[in-house]
Amino acid sequence: MKRRDSLKALTISSLGVVGLNPQETLAERRELETSLPDDPIKVPGGRQKEEAIRDAKLMKEKFFTPQELATVTVLADIIIPADSKSGSASQAGVPAFIEFMMKDLPQWQTPMRGGLRWLDVESRKRFNKPFTGATKAQQIQLVDDIAYPGKAKPEMSQGVAFFSLMRNFTATGFYTSQMGIKDIGYMGNTPNQWEGVPADVLKQYGVSYDS
Amino acid sequence: MSFQIKEQPTVFDVCIIGSGAGGGMAAYQLSKAGAKVALLEAGGYFDPADPKYITQLKWPWESPRRGASTTRPFGDFDAAWGGWEIEGEPYTRKNGTEFDWFRSRMLGGRTNHWGRISLRFGPDDFRRKSIDGLGEDWPITYDDVKPYYDQVDKLVGVFGSIENMRNEPDGIFLPPPKPRLHELFIKNAAKKVNVPVIPSRLSILTKAINNERGQCFYCSQCSRGCQAYADFSSSSVLVIPALKTGNVTLFTNAMAREVLTDPTTGQATGVSYVDKEKLTEHTVKAKIVILAASAGESARLLLNSKSAYHQNGLANSSGVVGKYLHDSTGASRSAFMPNLMNRKRYNEDGVGGAHVYSPWWLDNKKLDFPRGYHIEYWGGMGMPSYGFGWGIEGMNGKYPMPDGTMKPAGGYGASLKEDYRRFYGAYVGMSGRGEAVASADNYCEIDPNVVDKYGIPVLRFNYKWSDYEIKQAKHMQDTFEEILTAMGGILSGSKPGPESNYGLAAPGRIIHEVGTSRMGNDPKTSALNKFSQAHDAKNVFVVDGGSFVSQADKNPTWTILALSMRASDYIIDQVKQKNL
Ligand SMILES: Cc1cc2nc3c(=O)[nH]c(=O)nc-3n(C[C@H](O)[C@H](O)[C@H](O)COP(=O)(O)OP(=O)(O)OC[C@H]3O[C@@H](n4cnc5c(N)ncnc54)[C@H](O)[C@@H]3O)c2cc1C
Ligand code: SF4
Repeated sequence: MKRRDSLKALTISSLGVVGLNPQETLAERRELETSLPDDPIKVPGGRQKEEAIRDAKLMKEKFFTPQELATVTVLADIIIPADSKSGSASQAGVPAFIEFMMKDLPQWQTPMRGGLRWLDVESRKRFNKPFTGATKAQQIQLVDDIAYPGKAKPEMSQGVAFFSLMRNFTATGFYTSQMGIKDIGYMGNTPNQWEGVPADVLKQYGVSYDS
Repeated sequence: MSFQIKEQPTVFDVCIIGSGAGGGMAAYQLSKAGAKVALLEAGGYFDPADPKYITQLKWPWESPRRGASTTRPFGDFDAAWGGWEIEGEPYTRKNGTEFDWFRSRMLGGRTNHWGRISLRFGPDDFRRKSIDGLGEDWPITYDDVKPYYDQVDKLVGVFGSIENMRNEPDGIFLPPPKPRLHELFIKNAAKKVNVPVIPSRLSILTKAINNERGQCFYCSQCSRGCQAYADFSSSSVLVIPALKTGNVTLFTNAMAREVLTDPTTGQATGVSYVDKEKLTEHTVKAKIVILAASAGESARLLLNSKSAYHQNGLANSSGVVGKYLHDSTGASRSAFMPNLMNRKRYNEDGVGGAHVYSPWWLDNKKLDFPRGYHIEYWGGMGMPSYGFGWGIEGMNGKYPMPDGTMKPAGGYGASLKEDYRRFYGAYVGMSGRGEAVASADNYCEIDPNVVDKYGIPVLRFNYKWSDYEIKQAKHMQDTFEEILTAMGGILSGSKPGPESNYGLAAPGRIIHEVGTSRMGNDPKTSALNKFSQAHDAKNVFVVDGGSFVSQADKNPTWTILALSMRASDYIIDQVKQKNL
């Protein structure tokens, strides 16, 4: 799904990419061009200079506090733990990806930071400890209350919204990593000869090239 | 900044503004014929085979945002420098109307990342007014353009199949790739509801055609540009070979300001431009000026080239420049395919586009809207990128696991990982691309108050869809629903209705804008003659989509290429005859 039509469609479909206002990002870019020290920037292949400058600047900034990053890491690994097929979200570098996205798309900063805070407050109310200080069983008890949008109690709705956001970022980060792509079984992005759908698959679905 | 204007000492035979489809073709044809060409390009140099620019075959994790569209509208790996908004180069809108304008600033323009859908217009597409009384007929027929379509097919390469459909003329085709699995489903389902599905026609080399360009290796990433030159980009297929003739002087980062004309004859004498990096002012002298900066930019240049002789702007004594702007219509729908859950994995990348499409199949005389549309398809097991897996909580509570059990929506853990795996590659979608009726009320003009950062007055758009387009979009939605339902798909979202004009995309969004300097036999109602030559100045030509009288229900680029080739042949002929 990488043609323009699919990208367009994604913005309206349930598995959509995040909408953003290009005006906003361009305005940001303008600002950093004037404020950046002129240390030499290595422009990676396929990037434009302004993009490389912007990326380098974002890489240097920090968004999450160490405490927040620890919470993100615990949550990401609850959402995508290691299983028989692949490793965990943190093994695939998901927390660092989420950290970058908070700076790249600042519209997510408040929902993410506020959600982490909501979680800690809830955890303190229940267990007298921040989320990362709670026992594994306590963490799961809390997560169970916010992980199922259809079953959660109404008073948990903010927690549910936050957990869905965490789930989405974690999944996107994981399945676009080397480990995740292997897990999902995508086999392309390599020189190939397309000879059509394999015969056993045609047979499985009862379709053919003759009709 | 220096206000000293630097003149090129030589007088070029031709100065071409813009290196996209239209400009690249003119540069190629004219330089091969021996003309000394100055090629002005507002963007930077780009070669899809130079590692400096290559994004092809990169993995999502090579982008810190995993390909998200933060700085490029179609994502980090897309070969488009520019987009809907360009810093320091605004455009405006009028009367609360909408128009979104996509510009690429790079060698090759928008042909580096375009969809490679390469359709000829059919005989009817040149004479719509004769058929339905709306708009205007072209001053040329399919037979006038056919020899040029044939030459473009041979020079550039396009795959497809011989179908013998009257208004979907066959070309000189390379073999098309076989359909993917979901495309077979589409074909079978469409047959049930009487919609034809035939192999796509894309300018991708499924077989090598010469020694300069390789064969497609099926990475499905044409939008990133092809390092094997196996698809059509003006940069790799036209401009770089034209440079090799030694007859082309390329000026990159050269933003044309206006076309200069002789105060007594009104003929063009050259072009003034600003060097975008040094901010210096220059002129290039030439005997012939060819505008190919894209339909919008060329109209802007003509309107900004005002003089005592051309008081309305160049080529605009008729007042039509900027008018009759029209984009294709577009609407989409997608669906989840339960029967594709847990599918077997294999490499189904294929070419960079759908392997099948639906040409327009109905008779508008029997419908409540005058013009047709074609359908483009997508789906399958693509490479994950930013956004992958988003919204799983809307899916995983609805469909049983392979063992028949249901589980609550959302969740986490090993069982959630199973969900991403089972839903992967189980989606299809489709988009209609239709013909709008060109109207004088849809136009671009010079904004009297706004200039860009180079001080060049900018375009202001006024554009509204009419009932014709809205009813067409309604028909698209009904068709999409029929096909998707016949496939056993579960349609995503709710069906777009009148509140959203049936999902009709805002004008400009389909990026097929044309018509702003239309051709015609009458200098009072057209800017150009049938050879894309200005009625008001015979050494001025426009070879982008500006010359279109009407956009068909087909994408425009193959016709831009053919008409630019035709205009170039005419120029060569006229120079030989000493008329130019
Ligand atoms: C994502 C996408 C997908 C598309 N898919 C298809 C498709 O499948 N089939 C199809 O037929 N069409 C498609 N199109 C449309 C296609 O790209 C255009 O029709 C085609 O590129 C137009 O060619 P052009 O030469 O008129 O303009 P462009 O390709 O836009 O080139 C214009 C060039 O002029 C330069 N320029 C502009 N102003 C100036 C100036 N003042 N001075 C100097 N240089 C200037 C620009 O930098 C640019 O390089 C698609 C477009 C996009 C963006
Ligand atoms: S699909 Fe083929 S033509 Fe397109 S980029 Fe890949 S190899 Fe090149």
